[in-house]
Amino acid sequence: MKISYYPGCTLKTKAKNLEDSALASLAALGIEVEELERWNCCGAVFSLADDDLIHQVAPVRDLIRARDAGADKLTTLCAQCYNVLARANRLMREDEEKRKTINLFMDEEVDYHGEVEVVHYLDLLRETVGWDGLRERVTVPLEGMKVAPFYGCSLLRPSEVAIGGEDGGAPRALQDFLTALGATPVKFSASEECCGAYEVLVNPVEGLKRAGVVLSSVQESGADAIVLSCPLCEYNLGRKQPEIQAAVAGVRDIPVFYFTQLLAVALGLDVTAGRFELNIPSALKLLRDRKYIEAPATQV
Amino acid sequence: MSITILLRALDRAMLERVAEISGQNVYKCMQCGTCTSVCPMSGDMEITPRQAMLLIQHGLVDMVLSSRTPWLCASCHSCQVRCPRGIEVTRVMEALRQIILRENRDMVNPREIPAEAISEMPQIALVAGFRKLTS
Repeated sequence: MKISYYPGCTLKTKAKNLEDSALASLAALGIEVEELERWNCCGAVFSLADDDLIHQVAPVRDLIRARDAGADKLTTLCAQCYNVLARANRLMREDEEKRKTINLFMDEEVDYHGEVEVVHYLDLLRETVGWDGLRERVTVPLEGMKVAPFYGCSLLRPSEVAIGGEDGGAPRALQDFLTALGATPVKFSASEECCGAYEVLVNPVEGLKRAGVVLSSVQESGADAIVLSCPLCEYNLGRKQPEIQAAVAGVRDIPVFYFTQLLAVALGLDVTAGRFELNIPSALKLLRDRKYIEAPATQV
Repeated sequence: MSITILLRALDRAMLERVAEISGQNVYKCMQCGTCTSVCPMSGDMEITPRQAMLLIQHGLVDMVLSSRTPWLCASCHSCQVRCPRGIEVTRVMEALRQIILRENRDMVNPREIPAEAISEMPQIALVAGFRKLTS
């Protein structure tokens, strides 16, 4: 079985910490993926207008590239990319009329019918190594670390593309993942809520308020840190913390990690695989203070 | 909110546009208010999602279009997955946005975004924002 990998725009630049930690971890776990030789932006948001098919072309092209590379599956990390690619794939599988129109429009490509399966990285882990298998591979268990699993919107909604491979019910992929790493997942009310998304561009005040609600909820749960899978969530809940603190009373510094960074730490990979310099400073500090990673030689 | 609905206020053409773009039947809404209760932005909306559905049913699409409601909606799909009538409310909100955007009325001007903000933001914020807020 061949697995193609779709990075998406942000993972090649500002979210290099998400990509590098994820790929290093897959290599350590012996799971082989191949980055698509040629890929384009997925569009970041799935087109919701019934009469607008042109915005489906970009994600469908990526799916075609994966099929043409001989892949059975296409895996991706960014929650938004996952959402767009998975929904575009369903559209091509299930909506005959729209499939025909899109295929007719793309006359250079061989018709696509949804042959490739889109899987989020978390599902790829669950389906290949499995949570028990992952636990056995952990060399630095994250014991004592209380982590708030933040799903946000795109990993779970709409239900047809929800990760976890379960029908309905509360999601558990991130909780099971964290437990396998030796960490303790905590419950918090905002786990499946919106982080504020692109409100920053149109309603910045309301956007900050929204992120403040999420961070307050994390804080009340007693979590040491948040894990997530989306560069937009990381921006709203991480990088924006100083602004949120100025707008919403009582919000403290909360470390924010991509889930793959904790994976790399727990697998005992070299600290450079995590690219923690791209995180907000509280993230690396937490790992050092708790001795999950070794302090650099100069500090010993 | 008290509204007098005159028969001539019913804008059939606009109602049909909402139906065409969203692919949804707004008359399925029974006004239970689940959408408003789960909407993370409803606290900041002068017209809540439930109220928006009611106004649209009565052909008062313009009232919703002149509010900030469609632009406060971040398409988180919370309402849609919980709607007991199976209405994809997110698509109804998208239709409202599209009606405005297709008149070449953009909600964000890239030239007005400060350079520091652009260099700090992840690409995905800009791409998603431009997709949702510009024509």
